[in-house]
Amino acid sequence: MGFVIEVAYFVAAVLFIYGLKKMSSPVTARRGIVWAGVGMLVAVLVTFFQPGLHGVGNYLLMFIAIVIGGGVAWVSGKRVAMTDMPQMIALYNGMGGGAAAAIAGVELVRHEPMTLTVQLIAVLGALIGTVAFSGSLIAFAKLQGLQRKTIRFPNQKFVNMAVFAVAVLFGLIIGLSGTGYSGGLLFVFFLLALSFGVMMTVPIGGADMPVVISLYNALTGLAVGFEGFVLGNPAMMIAGIVVGSAGTLLTQLMAKAMNRSLANVLFSNFGSGGAAVQAG
Amino acid sequence: MIEGFVALYIFMLAAFTGYEVISKVPVILHTPLMSGSNFVHGIVLVGAMVALGHAQTPLEQLIGFVGVLLAAGNAVGGYVVTERMLEMFKSSGKGGQ
Repeated sequence: MGFVIEVAYFVAAVLFIYGLKKMSSPVTARRGIVWAGVGMLVAVLVTFFQPGLHGVGNYLLMFIAIVIGGGVAWVSGKRVAMTDMPQMIALYNGMGGGAAAAIAGVELVRHEPMTLTVQLIAVLGALIGTVAFSGSLIAFAKLQGLQRKTIRFPNQKFVNMAVFAVAVLFGLIIGLSGTGYSGGLLFVFFLLALSFGVMMTVPIGGADMPVVISLYNALTGLAVGFEGFVLGNPAMMIAGIVVGSAGTLLTQLMAKAMNRSLANVLFSNFGSGGAAVQAG
Repeated sequence: MIEGFVALYIFMLAAFTGYEVISKVPVILHTPLMSGSNFVHGIVLVGAMVALGHAQTPLEQLIGFVGVLLAAGNAVGGYVVTERMLEMFKSSGKGGQ
């Protein structure tokens, strides 16, 4: 069975790249998503038979979670109006980031013994995934009209940087301390990462959201790739990193299509002015 | 487990692949492609299933459950939305299959 699973993951990775390639041309785009979908189906089905998974309860939970999560997403995706698509992408993307963070969460809560590199990458993936999670949810709320106000205050950039720096510091402590970190530290780390995602996104205006969503999309890809490394799953590594780099390029292209630079989109709204000068 | 440099090679090659695949995309496909790549990282579902399958305590099960729930939403929602968006290209362009 192990061999079949390896082959299935390999096939999935090939289909993802093939599908993305097809999707980058208008003529073949529709076939592209179907191929990628086949890859996903194959990968998910064989995962049920992955050796080492245990417990009838765990399998039951897995099944229930897939049915509920998939069902709700299916219905909402089918019903949403075409004009509301961007915020749905933000929502689904945030869910992916949250899932990557949850994978790291399970491994870290268990105090799974890992080598130094693996542990640091697990923590890094958790940080990126959590920021993409809360940031995407704010992007969704903004486009959906749930959060209309653009919240700005003096020295916001520095407050955000401070929160980020403390989150990174806590991450380093967790990453470097073997299994010696406490559950409380882990909790504060995730809380800081969540807050940073929110704080980074609230000052950005609604018109810039598609670029920001694309950035979080790339970040989620990166987080998925990192957690794939932690779990030793090549399909996740390849798909995640491919999306990470493709998403980064796409973000730049989208910013360029608006005649802006990415830095301008992300930071120009802080403080006063500056935007018009940089945009020129 | 994928060790050290092999992992680094995978990362490097995958990064270049992602970059090359997207490099010549027309503006009209920016949003569908963002949605499509959003679907592709739905592969996180596989990892979330493994994490939940390894869970031992109720807390681990809870986090794993939330992970699978979110990941399933990412994968299914990503697919549905991308498919609907790309559907429009079929009706407008004669070449689309």
